[in-house]
Amino acid sequence: MRARLAEAQSQLLVLAAMAAILATVPLWLHGSGRTVAIRVLISAGVGVGWNVMGGFAGQFSFGHAAYFGIGAYTGAYLLVSHGISPWIGMVVGAVLAAGFGALTGWLSFRYRLRGAYFALATFAFAEMLRLVVQAQGWLNATQGLQVPVRPESSWWMMQFSTTSPNYYFIGLALVVVLVAITILLVTSRRGMFIVAVREDEEGAAAAGVDGTANKVAAVALSGAMTAVMGTFFVQVFFFIDPELAFGPAESVAILLPAVIGGTGTIWGPVVGALILIPLGEWTAGIVRDPPAFLDAVAGRSGLDLVLFAILLILILLFLPKGVYGSLAHRWRR
Amino acid sequence: MSDLLAVTGVTKTFSGLRAVDDVSFTVEAGEIVGLIGPNGAGKTTLFNVIGGRLPCDTGSVVFDDDDITGWPPHRIARRGIGRTFQLMRPFGSMTVLDNVTVPAATGVTSIVEAREQARSVVDRVGLSDQVDDLAEALPTAARKRLELARALALHPRLLLLDEVLSGLTPAEREPLLTLLLDIRGEGVSLLLVEHVMAAVMRLSDRILVLHHGQLLASGTPSEVTSDPQVIEAYLGEEDLLAGS
Repeated sequence: MRARLAEAQSQLLVLAAMAAILATVPLWLHGSGRTVAIRVLISAGVGVGWNVMGGFAGQFSFGHAAYFGIGAYTGAYLLVSHGISPWIGMVVGAVLAAGFGALTGWLSFRYRLRGAYFALATFAFAEMLRLVVQAQGWLNATQGLQVPVRPESSWWMMQFSTTSPNYYFIGLALVVVLVAITILLVTSRRGMFIVAVREDEEGAAAAGVDGTANKVAAVALSGAMTAVMGTFFVQVFFFIDPELAFGPAESVAILLPAVIGGTGTIWGPVVGALILIPLGEWTAGIVRDPPAFLDAVAGRSGLDLVLFAILLILILLFLPKGVYGSLAHRWRR
Repeated sequence: MSDLLAVTGVTKTFSGLRAVDDVSFTVEAGEIVGLIGPNGAGKTTLFNVIGGRLPCDTGSVVFDDDDITGWPPHRIARRGIGRTFQLMRPFGSMTVLDNVTVPAATGVTSIVEAREQARSVVDRVGLSDQVDDLAEALPTAARKRLELARALALHPRLLLLDEVLSGLTPAEREPLLTLLLDIRGEGVSLLLVEHVMAAVMRLSDRILVLHHGQLLASGTPSEVTSDPQVIEAYLGEEDLLAGS
């Protein structure tokens, strides 16, 4: 009878165990390896955010850079222009992203956009934001915003020395919170409604579930979750510009971890990020510094991306529900 | 008895075609009303208007003293009208229990309580053994029961049943018929569209015959089957009627 609560509890326990193990990473991983680890965390976090909308609610977003960018720019602007803590910027950015998601989601559902057309609309909204931000002098237009470097470390201002493990710990804490939110959502009444609407909106309506309201709720939550990682991104890399924040490449980077790992599963985006980022590093390394028999590829820029893409295609060819999704599906049977 | 459902002058036109043409009727509390008519007579369209899936051009639908004309489907469902779909609409990737927990959870805030209610409804429609199966894995007969379970979990006062018996073998039908009579015994009204004539005639207190969108006849099963107009409309299907 309490299966759902038990499921939430066991998933939260798995999460706690994983967090404890991952918290030891800075002990043995230093230098550029740690930067890769932080990029994995950012990728996992945005993927977990995207998954609420694209996975559980089944509304494929091709424009999640909109939310990532809102989080990034809100945090950066409040910090650069007003000296406000990124923690506050993170919360404000999440609220703004939720509002933007609710508005654009509602408009899209109101006019019955579905499937590919809906995805294109999300893309258009992100592009719209990119173009608007590029034209804003107070946001430094196309130049972007640079985080001022402080003389001393500060938790409140989310800034540490480059060798500090604190960036990693903050990223890990954010991802843990986002995954916990996902677990609590999918085991809740609201989460059931959201999945029911995805499975059959008319059937859900006949069961008393408001399709539009639940889809809008999922978009807003997903946007807020993604925005949080946007703010964090700026603190880690000290810089944001319109292309980086709102560009199509970012939208793709956000949806990939969930698609590769398995959409609509709790752990899919996390597994996806753990595969994607190291895999990208590895292909880049191969081209930069190839083994002897592949000497010819050395330094051919772009070739690493081709290799990366081929590997992703192969993954989805053999595991169409994503790595975690397909394995979990087989496990269940 | 008072009218639970009152449909008054409902017309629904699809690009010039009058799918439902000035139809009026009532359903009383605890009554079983069969809605029959040849293919394309407008039965499902009428269901969709009552259930809020389609807006009607003119006319009104009053349920339990509330004018529900133009309400969205989810609100009508919560108000107490459960429906099943001819082309079943299960939540495929969810378990049978979760499928039924969804409507139960629209009425209560506690998921534990919704789950308990869902389980008793699942038991009642005879799906206890499949409770943890994914809905997409169910055979047709079980899916029909799942549709019914989902509608029942709303604690409805009126059930709109669109062909719940068709596609089932006679042996599968029998327990479902008993269940429907049971449900009526609790004071729930049933409005059913059904092609299985023998079943409609046996279940219904009253039959409405729809033809070209219009209400052609209404009365007890024996009145309707002896109505020459009805026989005319079903020309070539007399055997079907006689068979009941």
